[in-house]
Amino acid sequence: MLTSIIFLPSAGAFLLVLAGKNPKICRFIALFIVIMELILALALFVSFDRSATGFSFIERLTWVAPFNIQYLLAVDGLSVSLVLLNAILGVTAVLISWTVAERVREYFILLLLLQTAVMGVFISMDLFLFFVFWELELIPMYFLIARWGSGRKEYSAMKVLLFTLIGSAFMFVSIIALYFSQPVGDRTFDMIALAQSDLGGVVSSAGIISTGFLIAFAVKLPIFPFHTWLPDAHTDAPTAISVMLAGVLLKMGGYGLIRINSGIFPDQLSEFAPFLAIAAVINVIYGAFIVMRQTDIKRLIAYSSVSHMGFVVLGLSSFGGAVTSTAAINGAALQLFSHGIITALLFVCAGLIYERTHTRYIPDMGGLITKMPLIGIPFIIAGLASLGLPSTSGFVAEILIFLGAYGAYPLATAVCAFGVVLAAGYMLWVIQRTLFGPSLERWKDLKDANAPGIWAMVVLLIPILLIGVYPRILLDVFENSILRIAMGLT
Amino acid sequence: MGLSILDIYLLAPEITMVAFSLLVIFAGLKWGNSSIPIYLFLLAAIVSFSLSVFLWMRVDAYGPEMFMNESLILDKYAIFFKCLILIAIALIVLVSKSPLDDFKYRAEFVGLAMLSLVGLMLLPSAADLITIFVAIELASLPIVALAAFATGIDKSSESGLKFLVLSAISSALLLYGFAFFYGAAGTLQVVALDDSTLTISSMLTSLDAGMPFGSVPILVATILSISGLGFKLSLVPFQMWTPDVYEGAPTSVGAMLSVASKAAGFALLLRILYTTLNHEVISGDWSLLLALIAAITMTVGNLVAITQKDLKRLLAYSAIAQAGYVLVGVASFSDFGNDQQLGSESVLFYLAGYAAMNVAAFAVVILTVHRKQTSQIISLEGLGISSPLLAGTLAVSLLALTGIPPSVGFMGKFFIFNAAISADLTWLVIIGVINSAISAYYYLNIIKIMYLREPTVTESQWRVGLAPSLILLLTSGATLFLGVFPKPLLNLVREAALSII
Repeated sequence: MLTSIIFLPSAGAFLLVLAGKNPKICRFIALFIVIMELILALALFVSFDRSATGFSFIERLTWVAPFNIQYLLAVDGLSVSLVLLNAILGVTAVLISWTVAERVREYFILLLLLQTAVMGVFISMDLFLFFVFWELELIPMYFLIARWGSGRKEYSAMKVLLFTLIGSAFMFVSIIALYFSQPVGDRTFDMIALAQSDLGGVVSSAGIISTGFLIAFAVKLPIFPFHTWLPDAHTDAPTAISVMLAGVLLKMGGYGLIRINSGIFPDQLSEFAPFLAIAAVINVIYGAFIVMRQTDIKRLIAYSSVSHMGFVVLGLSSFGGAVTSTAAINGAALQLFSHGIITALLFVCAGLIYERTHTRYIPDMGGLITKMPLIGIPFIIAGLASLGLPSTSGFVAEILIFLGAYGAYPLATAVCAFGVVLAAGYMLWVIQRTLFGPSLERWKDLKDANAPGIWAMVVLLIPILLIGVYPRILLDVFENSILRIAMGLT
Repeated sequence: MGLSILDIYLLAPEITMVAFSLLVIFAGLKWGNSSIPIYLFLLAAIVSFSLSVFLWMRVDAYGPEMFMNESLILDKYAIFFKCLILIAIALIVLVSKSPLDDFKYRAEFVGLAMLSLVGLMLLPSAADLITIFVAIELASLPIVALAAFATGIDKSSESGLKFLVLSAISSALLLYGFAFFYGAAGTLQVVALDDSTLTISSMLTSLDAGMPFGSVPILVATILSISGLGFKLSLVPFQMWTPDVYEGAPTSVGAMLSVASKAAGFALLLRILYTTLNHEVISGDWSLLLALIAAITMTVGNLVAITQKDLKRLLAYSAIAQAGYVLVGVASFSDFGNDQQLGSESVLFYLAGYAAMNVAAFAVVILTVHRKQTSQIISLEGLGISSPLLAGTLAVSLLALTGIPPSVGFMGKFFIFNAAISADLTWLVIIGVINSAISAYYYLNIIKIMYLREPTVTESQWRVGLAPSLILLLTSGATLFLGVFPKPLLNLVREAALSII
């Protein structure tokens, strides 16, 4: 089951290699594969036992025996939700790429490989395997931005690559150091076993080791001041890749923080908690103020990601604070999912608008809603969800984080809550500037969304509203897993 | 004394190679313009390789043996390197078949390459310092001629001359160092299988723990020997010659230097350190010294590589940086029980993997430089369209050199850094991984030029011959396969590495 989830997209990529260069056939093969992948992910989501506290669907094979490296796949609720997120965004990414015209086959091959790698990150429970997928994701990413992007695409692609590589270099050292810090004979990369053993208490250098992980994830999430790659990459990437970047690649950082830093090193994470709270405040507030002054619509959405990822950090900072609260971590996990979907929708709308107007410069737009209601309305919904309007998924995630974090860091939480006000400010303002106002003469010939574009938005609108109205559908899945992780704290 | 049949059998791979090299040169007198010299070489390589496999089985059954009056040793470690070097040079010569047509004296080129190969194959077997020295000279001197082989091109002659001067200097340093070893220990023997033969390490009795390297003669001997070998392995600060020689010499020669000579040089370094200087008082000292050299070598190699515009120079700096990574493995010597073999085994694994990826990279460069008559990186523009096979192979090998999974380069780096952390060299590993990240910049730059730039002149499809295509597929395939299934190679290097502990 899990193996097929990981490797179905790469099988699809292989099929594309054989399929020849006809762009139409390539598009349909890619679409077929990602829909199959979504069905698999939904099957996993439905069949996952919600009462389970541990891992299920375990697949375990020995890979490199002398170092006890295993091919170990397993999911808990946290993984299941992110697998589903990735599968949904995979469909969106293919649909929104329908209009990609050059080297279509190579484009979809890379896109499918990217999906394989990200799936691998969320499902691998062996640190070594996890790291392999973590690095693997970079290569398709690099080429997708550098080849099909716009603006300073090569610069941005190299920037994201180098930032992540340097960040993950520290993780690599930590992984090896963690292995050797265990007693001879019991050494393992098995994340499930590592989480169960009280490692932090035994290993003297656990603080340094966990810092290595923290750096890698902080770059990926990103946490201030490691965020500077993000706006460049998101802005210059093609729409589908902005969707994947904001939607799932950032989530890899959040996932790593929850899975490894709170799962394996709970005590060390709680020592970091005050710094995380400060970082969260900076992310939220600084990010929001930067958003305010953006005039490029994609850059604006990109910086709003920085701001919103601050909430995830805030949720984690409550870990091991005065009052340990699973609500905040549940909120953080939900925020990962919800922000993934919402930002993806924002990027989809921005991409569709750009495709029609050929500008990303906000002051050039205006009154677009009359010409393209089918793009405008989802954009409004996504914007409202992004600012945390009740009945959207964004609201549930943020309220949970604030509820949980208030006990630990009332001041930081209060300041971050102000970030929601700022979000309302910049989101409403951008909607007003782009969609409303007098319709401009130059936009009178614009067409509305095409069919693939509409479907891409529908795929995202469903979960936003569904979770907003009935959050338990997702919370049920990871609640027990989060509880297990939170119980790890001694 | 005297030569027994057994001696000849144990030396058969090298003897075959020497005999065939003479045959190749003579055959060249009559059939110099045909492909016969290359086919003869291929035959020699196959015979020599099969003999090595037989010898491996023999060692497997009877254990390692000393022969030729205890000047040579045959253990799995030696045979492993012989086979590795043999395969690497055979592939390089084979892929250079059509570029070699440019040379008037094609047979002599092949013959000299074979003689150099014999020297390199003897090196991992050498059991005393004199044999080591002779083997090094045998390996280096033909390279001088080969480097200057492109007659009429100034840079090639310059490259040959530079290599000659460099060889002389490094040999002098090495010999001086060996003399100090002899002075300190009273023997030249590096390895022995039983206690009845005196070796340098058994004579190192009165070492002073408070003094670096135990005593002044050993200090001088080690520093001089490492400097001498440092030239051969192009370690910083002895690397200045490398880019010039790689750039001027025919591309195939650069390939041999970077793959085969490097493997043999590390084989020797590892053997000397692990057998002769394996003494608790001094192992920490040389480990630290090599760790420092490794750190500078990686950093300088990678930083200077960034600014290179010439493909061959870039590969030269990349080879310097890669030597730095291998040196991390060499420095990771630990005497603690279980992890003892980690360092040497990671070095062997990385060298084998490095051979696969670097032969793949050089094969592409040999072919493109021959076709385009320029080694500017920019000349690769549009290669992704005009030849997907060449571009794909180069992309795979460069990503592997960067250390991106799933490739043997990633696995190899993992094993090396693993060994280093188990030997408490965490600071070195941090420098190493950051260097890997930096190297992504210039390696990916090449890939970017191949795939993302529209070619300035539209080129016709470029069909590569059957033999080079097979080599490209083989090396890039091995690069990927060993990255996913490292186990067969890991088992092999583990056996080989155990024989020097």
